[in-house]
Amino acid sequence: MSNVATRLFRIRGGVHPNENKQATAGSCIVDMPLPELLYIPLQQHIGAPAEPVVQRGMKVLKGQLLANSQGVISAPVHAPTSGIIRSIGKYPAPHPSGLPVLTVTLQADGEDRWIDLPAEQTSALNLDPEDIASRVAAAGIVGMGGATFPSAVKLNLRNRYKLHTLVINAAECEPYLTCDDQLMREQPEDIIEGVRLMMHAMQVSQAIIAIEANKPEALTVMRQAAQQFDSISVVTVPVRYPMGSEKHLVQTLTGKETPARALTADIGIVVHNVATANAVYQAIRHGKPLISRIVTISGGAIGKPANVRTLIGTPIARLIEFCGGFTGDPAFIIGGGPMMGQPLPQTGVPIVKGSSGILALTEAELARKTTMPCIRCGSCVKVCPCGLLPLEMASRARAGDLDGAVDFGLMDCIACGSCAYVCPSHIPLIQYFSYAKGALTEKQRMTHKQEEIRRLAEARKQRMDQLAREKRAALAKRKADMAAAKARENNADAAKQSRAGA
Amino acid sequence: MNRTGRRLTSIISGPYTHERTSVNRTMLLVMIALLPATAYGIYIFGLPALFVFILTIASCIISEAACLALAGKPIRPYLMDGSAVLTGWLLAMTLPPWSPWWIAVIGAMLAIVVGKQVFGGIGQNLFNPAMVARVALLIAFPLEMTQWLQPQPLFSASTPGFIDALHITFGTGWAPAYDALSSATMLGYVKTELGRGMALHEVLAHNYDVLGLATGSVAGSLGETSALLIVTGGLFLLYKRIISWHIPASMLITLALLASAFNLANSERYPDAVFHLMSGATMLGAFFIATDLVTSPVTYKGQLVFGVGCGALVFIIRSWSSFPEGVAFAVMLMNALTPLIDHYMKPRIYGRNRKGEPIQYADDME
Amino acid sequence: MITAIIILTLLGLSLGTLLGVAASCFKVEASPLETEIETMLPGSQCGQCGFPGCAPAAAALANGDADITLCPPGGHALALSLAAKLGVHADLSSMEEAIPMIARIRSELCIGCTKCFKRCPTDAILGSSRQIHAVISDACTGCKKCFEVCPTECIDMRPIPITLQNWHWPSPAVAA
Repeated sequence: MSNVATRLFRIRGGVHPNENKQATAGSCIVDMPLPELLYIPLQQHIGAPAEPVVQRGMKVLKGQLLANSQGVISAPVHAPTSGIIRSIGKYPAPHPSGLPVLTVTLQADGEDRWIDLPAEQTSALNLDPEDIASRVAAAGIVGMGGATFPSAVKLNLRNRYKLHTLVINAAECEPYLTCDDQLMREQPEDIIEGVRLMMHAMQVSQAIIAIEANKPEALTVMRQAAQQFDSISVVTVPVRYPMGSEKHLVQTLTGKETPARALTADIGIVVHNVATANAVYQAIRHGKPLISRIVTISGGAIGKPANVRTLIGTPIARLIEFCGGFTGDPAFIIGGGPMMGQPLPQTGVPIVKGSSGILALTEAELARKTTMPCIRCGSCVKVCPCGLLPLEMASRARAGDLDGAVDFGLMDCIACGSCAYVCPSHIPLIQYFSYAKGALTEKQRMTHKQEEIRRLAEARKQRMDQLAREKRAALAKRKADMAAAKARENNADAAKQSRAGA
Repeated sequence: MNRTGRRLTSIISGPYTHERTSVNRTMLLVMIALLPATAYGIYIFGLPALFVFILTIASCIISEAACLALAGKPIRPYLMDGSAVLTGWLLAMTLPPWSPWWIAVIGAMLAIVVGKQVFGGIGQNLFNPAMVARVALLIAFPLEMTQWLQPQPLFSASTPGFIDALHITFGTGWAPAYDALSSATMLGYVKTELGRGMALHEVLAHNYDVLGLATGSVAGSLGETSALLIVTGGLFLLYKRIISWHIPASMLITLALLASAFNLANSERYPDAVFHLMSGATMLGAFFIATDLVTSPVTYKGQLVFGVGCGALVFIIRSWSSFPEGVAFAVMLMNALTPLIDHYMKPRIYGRNRKGEPIQYADDME
Repeated sequence: MITAIIILTLLGLSLGTLLGVAASCFKVEASPLETEIETMLPGSQCGQCGFPGCAPAAAALANGDADITLCPPGGHALALSLAAKLGVHADLSSMEEAIPMIARIRSELCIGCTKCFKRCPTDAILGSSRQIHAVISDACTGCKKCFEVCPTECIDMRPIPITLQNWHWPSPAVAA
């Protein structure tokens, strides 16, 4: 089955949070009924927002292009169902800030009618690798683990790096989340097909599907599905958070660390999420763009936790209703897992391509306590998978010494949250780091703006000087001309006089 | 505040789950670990020891509350973290069991005010507060701080009754009746006798009893008597992952190696490793004092260095200084070096080499 | 006695002359510190500091006549780097972190008089005669020069809008 060494390597630090996966693991994926209104943000990915190509009032079909990608790092957005465009305007984004983002509001007509899909592509492996990448790009596929980086850009990394391995990240190390687990159990063949397409697009000779040991059923079915392909191996990785961090997953599999500030592609490896592989399969084989995904709806405050296949743009309030509504009092509603997920300011926000989970967590699950001063116990240092000193970084960030925090390795922090998870003083370390990183970016932006403004001011000064010089020159010329004219006149007069005198 | 701060004060960042840890749980577990040795110590030294124990802790709590009130900090959450109680507890473990009341009170105030609060409270202190107090007391009141006595177990004939006990702790000092019970600690006795030019085998001939040192039926403070019970508590902390093995192991191994080496070289002058490990506050120091979270290094490597330093200093002070016991001094000296150790013993950052530069692989790597 | 006086006088005179010559020969044209500081300032000559431009402000800073907190567009960041450069203590308490403001033209009131864009030191206003003008927010320093000249008061100063692109987490509320 595999020619890859099965030896695994240890990563530094890490934690073992309570898994809480039992609520949704093992139960079949259920389909969310068509909601009436869908809110499709035009920025569901890292990079430039997509540019709308439809107008208000237009009728669109399922899978029709709504907005086109802008620039290299961007992704298009498609209609999740057929219906009428009700508006294109600002709508709250599924983002902690609750700030609005340009969003297409689509009223479903209930017919759910597809655009004309191309014939099933059975010989996709004969396609040109570039062609696969461009189809993936056109299908709007982005990293579905949550990072939402446009997948086609990663497939095309072979043009700049010497790649040899595709790693499929199916670790799913976040507690509560089981959407990848369930997808693997139900559609192993599709995933393997997607992996083969991606290997072809990247022109690599081997793929490793890494699954944490707490998913034995998924491991079995994936092994079975991968059995006939020598180039694809399924590897059991130990259960340890943050195993799903791509750089740490690669280290576990190969023993190699990705150099700081670089990509895993620097050591010849590209990591894709397992759900992305399925999306690639759907896009290449069936020509279907990315318009739906599987989301884990869970947490202590959810009535009937489940894995739901839902359209992009479904408001999360509808999903929560579908899953039995709230039973407890949710203290937080989180998009993603509890370790790295982001709080959602309201339940009106939609599911996007990167939504792996919606968790409604009760106060008891949060286990929050009042923040106490740091007692320098060093727990954060011991669990940090990146070898940082979180306590020092946080004390610098707290004092506003951003450069000091950078000196302690702020930019190498992957914000996995292990440190804050173990902190006995319950210090919000991750928020200190997020704040410091954001403030640094803002500072850089201000510096950049200042430089631009200086350039503009200088350009203006030069222009003004030039204008003044020209004005002066023109004035001088006029004066000279007038003087010359006068002189000529005088000369003429003189000549006349002299002639008259003669 | 920055301009985003005003809009979103209620938003709290993740993670949205937390290990069942807290500062007071940590402190509580340390106290549980100290409990057997403390209970046994109180048993063998009787009611005066219990009074000193309670008095020290109570004084620590009152001092802490007063400091917090003066600093304008909320009193309840900080008192509830248990750090003041633990400081008092550790200090009481190192005082002579029949100390007069004012030793306990002054010690507690020194520990909390000078050792902890002037640095800015919990987490900010450079030195272990209990050791600050113990060393200050030892220097200021050398007589009272070296008044040791033979074990007088509770319910035995020689044990003082309640009224006598009150007299011992709160009265003018030891009743003359108990003078006969006074005794030196093992370390003190050996130091004195060696100083008089005796050879070690003569010194140890009559009253060297390894079993007694281990079980605690010897003179000393509460924490210095039963090495076995202290080790049990230490192992409990290791099991609960409150402390790591690095400091105790490196400290004890260093002490043992140095002691063995010198003992081999001159067995009439230097006691062997077992003597060093079992006597005095070695075990208390290794498992409870040196491992104090606030004042020890944060990295494993740093903790190894710290432990080696503690072990070596304990041996040096015991062997060549004028003090018979050196755990408190050794730990405090190493506390002073902790910031330096932390500075030089940073872990290697993922993806970077020791110098902090990004790792580079050879270009021909496949 | 006389000899000593003469010698000392001569010595004093010659050394004095030497110093005088040296001072005129090796005269430093402008303080290098001044130019360095000038490069740190925004350079938009907006005049919000009260000096007629960035160069005079830099001169004042170099001489210690001006406070490091003088430049509102530079904000806290500039004040801190100036403090580091000049080796003075950065007391930012007097400087409330000026929320960076930028101009915005209310199009319904704009008459296209071109006064504002003629005044703009950074060419941040677009427009021409009798056309509605617009502000390029990335180039606006918030100097308010346009605000002052607008005859219809159609310009207002607003904080830079917070978007998903520039939002970031606030610092956690400081623990008690």
